[in-house]
Amino acid sequence: MKHLLSIADLSKDEAIEVLDTAAELARLSEGTGKKFPTLRGRTVVNLFFEDSTRTRISFEAAAKRLSADVINFAAKGSSVSKGESLKDTALTLQAMGADAVVIRHGASGAAHQLAKQEWMKGVVINAGDGTHEHPTQALLDAFTIRRHLKENQGDLSGIKVGIIGDILHSRVARSNILLLKKLGAEVVLIAPPTLIPVGVAKWEVGVSYSLDDQIKSLDVVMALRVQKERMNDLYFPTEREYARGYGLTSERMKQMKTKSIVMHPGPMNRGLEISAESADSQRSVIVEQVANGVSVRMAVLYLTLGGATFKELASSGESL
Amino acid sequence: MSSYRITGAKDSNGKASEYFISDGKFVNEGELAGGAKNIDAKGLTILPGFVDLHTHLREPGREDAETVLTASMAAATGGFTAISAMPNTLPVADTAGVVEQVYRLGKYHGVCDVFPIGAVTVGQSGAQLAELAAMNQSEAGVRIFSDDGHCVFDPLVMRRALEYVKIFDGVIAQHAQDPRLTQDSQMNEGEISARLGLKGWPAVAEEAIIARDVLLAEHVDSRLHICHVTTAGGVEIIRSAKKRGIKVTAEVTPHHLLLTDDLAESYDPVYKVNPPLRTKADVQALREGLADGTIDIVATDHAPHPHESKDCEWSAAAFGMVGLETAFSIAYQAMVETKLITLTQLVDRLSKNPAEIGRYKDHGSISIGARANFTLVDLHANWQVERLKLASKSKNTPFDGMVLPGVITKTFHNGALVYERNSK
Amino acid sequence: MSVILNSGEISRALRRISHEILEKNHGPENLLLLGIPTRGAYLSRRIAGAISEIEKINLESGTLDITMYRDDLRLKAPRTLLPTNIPGGSIDGRDVVLIDDVFFSGRTIRAALDALNELGRPKSVQLAVLIDRGHRELPIRADFVGKNIPTAKEESVRVHLSEIDSVDEVLIEGSSQ
Repeated sequence: MKHLLSIADLSKDEAIEVLDTAAELARLSEGTGKKFPTLRGRTVVNLFFEDSTRTRISFEAAAKRLSADVINFAAKGSSVSKGESLKDTALTLQAMGADAVVIRHGASGAAHQLAKQEWMKGVVINAGDGTHEHPTQALLDAFTIRRHLKENQGDLSGIKVGIIGDILHSRVARSNILLLKKLGAEVVLIAPPTLIPVGVAKWEVGVSYSLDDQIKSLDVVMALRVQKERMNDLYFPTEREYARGYGLTSERMKQMKTKSIVMHPGPMNRGLEISAESADSQRSVIVEQVANGVSVRMAVLYLTLGGATFKELASSGESL
Repeated sequence: MSSYRITGAKDSNGKASEYFISDGKFVNEGELAGGAKNIDAKGLTILPGFVDLHTHLREPGREDAETVLTASMAAATGGFTAISAMPNTLPVADTAGVVEQVYRLGKYHGVCDVFPIGAVTVGQSGAQLAELAAMNQSEAGVRIFSDDGHCVFDPLVMRRALEYVKIFDGVIAQHAQDPRLTQDSQMNEGEISARLGLKGWPAVAEEAIIARDVLLAEHVDSRLHICHVTTAGGVEIIRSAKKRGIKVTAEVTPHHLLLTDDLAESYDPVYKVNPPLRTKADVQALREGLADGTIDIVATDHAPHPHESKDCEWSAAAFGMVGLETAFSIAYQAMVETKLITLTQLVDRLSKNPAEIGRYKDHGSISIGARANFTLVDLHANWQVERLKLASKSKNTPFDGMVLPGVITKTFHNGALVYERNSK
Repeated sequence: MSVILNSGEISRALRRISHEILEKNHGPENLLLLGIPTRGAYLSRRIAGAISEIEKINLESGTLDITMYRDDLRLKAPRTLLPTNIPGGSIDGRDVVLIDDVFFSGRTIRAALDALNELGRPKSVQLAVLIDRGHRELPIRADFVGKNIPTAKEESVRVHLSEIDSVDEVLIEGSSQ
């Protein structure tokens, strides 16, 4: 694996390798919280231009469990108006000798720019760029689904996933759609039409404006966070109306298939896209998603940095 | 002033003739002044100098990106002998004072004619009409008005503007972009914007304004010009409007005749432009529209930006591409090499038609008596675009590295040689 | 390429090793067999099967993947992780017998010792190998050896096991034999 900028970068086999590696690491880590020496001497920089304690801590834990050195760089304020900061920051990190940069940024394409513009030599891992993608989230979501519904092996064929919420603005949705389809799952998007991107017809996913129509046939219900501010841009009239139509209430949850699960990337708006009861129910794997995030991120770090990086191989003349 | 005898050149129809330049005009051989220099133009094609109705010169205010001088040099390099300075400068060109300043700078440098376009509204803020008559009566003689960069969104303001310019045979050039439908938009709205997570700019935001404005122009019986048309739907509306006899003219940029929105997949902001690159179907419709005359002219929308404005992530980058130096070649490749139109028809769309819309009487012709604003092009040679070697102060071209047909070898303005290509 | 051990010789060697392990450890009670994947794991399973037969018990076999502890990680692209499985869950206080197919530089076993170090504190760690081909680069020795084969460094020794290679044999390649 070179960089991890988008799920589109991974072949189906590579994606399954990430999941298998994460599964092995999860088993090894069970109970002991042990460290592996694998990334000793590697420096991983968490470059977070947007606040995100949970993702940052997850990457930090993953890197440390592999004995990497971690540097946290929180670029203050999204009032950073121009990309000068992105480029200058990248050049600074380069000087500090970062082997990998985990970047979260408010602009779609920021991770691509960091990697392609060659502002720095290390591996670039996209931890969320604007409304574009969040590949490790999709990987940990797929891992979670596979664990519960596919005995932690193989792909996701035969699984039907409903992604509910603000698809238009969601990088989690975009990455998930790409990965779930790559792994053979069936995907249906459920949202009011204002929150479904024009152009989605080419994605080979189902689209439904009614959660009630779909809920009985879903193996996975993936509820996305809906920002209340979207109301001000006229995407839906009121929070109440949104919750009535698209919230995962306990009544709706009762309609779900027996073996189905409820997921949410967090942070949740309890009472809006998901009711408190649903979030805390037996079906909910939301807390487990967080734990799985560390294993998956360890796998990603291992597969990009654990051996020779693609750049080191290139300069030594070998191929990946 | 020098006089010239030009031998061996063919015109756009392929006819070879000798041309004589004296006193800044095309003359008969008999009128040629003594001491004429010979120019051997064998293998070259002589064309009337191109006329751009949509150029951003950035002076006054953003001289870090371009000045009247550097824009004029870029124009001459591209075979243009007249450019039209859009008013979105700092300060905005909404008074006689500013348009005269730009006009005089053009005259002073003397590389090409610089015709200022005046703002429609004060500060281009869309609320109050600027002193259009004063700008027209100034030395700059402004006839074209535009709030380009912004749309004249208020229908009442647009109506009044369309009516008012009839006093002096003026024309409003609308930048068709509904601001409510394009808040913070980054690229064409479609499958690609959905995939890339970049906010979409729907075609309807352009088409709805075009539709409204052609109906307004019909109602008040005014001339209307639509800047940079980019959608198949827009072409359709203009076509039907013309059928009804509405006095609408339209322009298309060279980049919209060639490039499509999938280029944004690289997230390289060199492809970020307002209005955005659209789909293959739109490019096809624009080419057909330019061929059948629905679109009257090619205009560059030359938009220089300094390096920092493009060396960043997409959403932070400025909109715009430079285009004076590549316009002819791109249009030639897209329209003539594809046999959609002939060279003469292309030249009409680059020179004669824009000159007519702007009422620029010294451009668009190489007949006897016309002012000697012309260019000599080598249609048998190719050249490679090297962005750092552009004459423009800014280097934001999407065509860097491309090998293009049609080399501009010399450009003359008012009978003076203002550009000569160095042999490579 | 020549065969230096055939199927019969391999099974006799494994049988002998099984008896030797039992002898040295005075029985199977505290044994923890960990094969190093891939082929060490199959050998470990065979030895566990043999010991189970001899002692009339059911001795499980485990695996210990050493990929993350290799000292040559940075020389090649990242390698796929193989499974680690500790029967009984813990190595604390156990007599661990590491099992591998070919014993060469000793670096694999050094990595295995590091891996064990992270997992707990065994009572003892012993090493059983099918083939010892010499050329140690570290001060590590085997307790149980199937066959000693002196080799030149450039030669390569390949172990084939019917579980994955469809035949049991040990080959040596690149020699003038």
